[in-house]
Amino acid sequence: MTTTAITAIIVILYLIGAPILGGILAGLDRIITARMQGRYGPPVWQPFYDVLKLMSKEKAAVNKTQNFYVFCFLLFMIFTGAVFFAGGDLLLVLFALTLASIFLVLGAFSSNSPYSFIGAERELIQTMAYEPMVLITAAGMYLATKSFFVADIAAFSTPLIYYLPGIFIGFVYILTIKFRKSPFDLSTSHHAHQELVKGLTTEFSGPTLAMIEIAHWYENIFLLGIVYLFFAFNPLLGVIVALLTYFLEILIDNSNARVTWQLTMKSAWIVAATLGMANLIIVFFKLSV
Amino acid sequence: MSYLAKSPWLIHYDGSSCNGCDIEVLACLTPMYDVERFGIINTGNPKHADILAITGSVNEQNIPIIKNIYDQMLEPKVVIAIGICATSGGIFRECYNVQGGVDQVIPVDVYIPGCAARPESIIDGVVKGLGVLEEKYKKYGKKR
Ligand code: SF4
Repeated sequence: MTTTAITAIIVILYLIGAPILGGILAGLDRIITARMQGRYGPPVWQPFYDVLKLMSKEKAAVNKTQNFYVFCFLLFMIFTGAVFFAGGDLLLVLFALTLASIFLVLGAFSSNSPYSFIGAERELIQTMAYEPMVLITAAGMYLATKSFFVADIAAFSTPLIYYLPGIFIGFVYILTIKFRKSPFDLSTSHHAHQELVKGLTTEFSGPTLAMIEIAHWYENIFLLGIVYLFFAFNPLLGVIVALLTYFLEILIDNSNARVTWQLTMKSAWIVAATLGMANLIIVFFKLSV
Repeated sequence: MSYLAKSPWLIHYDGSSCNGCDIEVLACLTPMYDVERFGIINTGNPKHADILAITGSVNEQNIPIIKNIYDQMLEPKVVIAIGICATSGGIFRECYNVQGGVDQVIPVDVYIPGCAARPESIIDGVVKGLGVLEEKYKKYGKKR
């Protein structure tokens, strides 16, 4: 089989499999969270029930453009993951990811609701907080493997974690922001369901909200894919570490209170500037000398 | 069949209750009763909610608010009156500012008696509401 055919199969598997896996992961997340809080928790399929229910609700939008933005959010999120799993350019992947989140912010900004408005602003702050570390991750992977292509990075013989331990820790740190977990779930959260805590999604309802939910599943699988890249030399180890990382995020989520946006910004940038930058410099000198 | 019955999201509004019923509603979320087992989530957003749970009687000032919340909810939707106050006005019935039960303002589908309504009966009432939700969905589906 040619490489194009294999790539096509992987992308199709991703398109079908990612929402299923992402949904199951979200279901497990809710069960584990409930157990950590001493509750029994919903069935694993609960996220799918939620999305299917949202699909069957009445369609309503506060303005004409809102649904377009959310659709673009979903589309670019799928695109991000598809390029990533096809072994494409990591920079293209990361910029598509940013574009996707900007569409969600635009969707939230397009309504006049103050909660949605502030939620969108807080989402922008979050984007600003995690973006440096994401770029450092891409730069680090390039320095270590001399390629921006995910396929080359995944095929790299030495374990990436060996070169990039600091960047890995930094990436897991900002992953908490990306997964919308406490203490950094500023713009919208999976748990509390009131007012500002759900800011970003206040004005979305029914099928539109379902689209956002599905986009999050795609996003989570893609993010765990990046975690996997650090351990790609051994696929089994990679998957185990990705799952362990997700478990760690759930643990952090349940044991931390939400912090202010100032602290989120500062800490994410400090982590990027120390762990990320130091690691980058060390790799640069180690490999170029 | 729809999945409405498997994932009912609830919004709780407190009319002029004594807070007894409110605390019982919140007790349903605790580890003791854990309504999330049934996929029930307590949202604060009428646009996300399927079930409007109202505790306490209706007075002049909260009539427009209840109507507003009800109008913002998307079809199909169900209203549940929790406690004897929400059902008929209860001990506040004679007050000069009280209109009576919730059904004076918006159509109510399920009445849960009790002063205060116990968490068990609240959960029972919500489950009854799910049947109504399913029926309404069928009617609504025909309209669509
Ligand atoms: S029914 Fe009883 S407990 Fe509930 S709000 Fe009325 S007076 Fe309070």
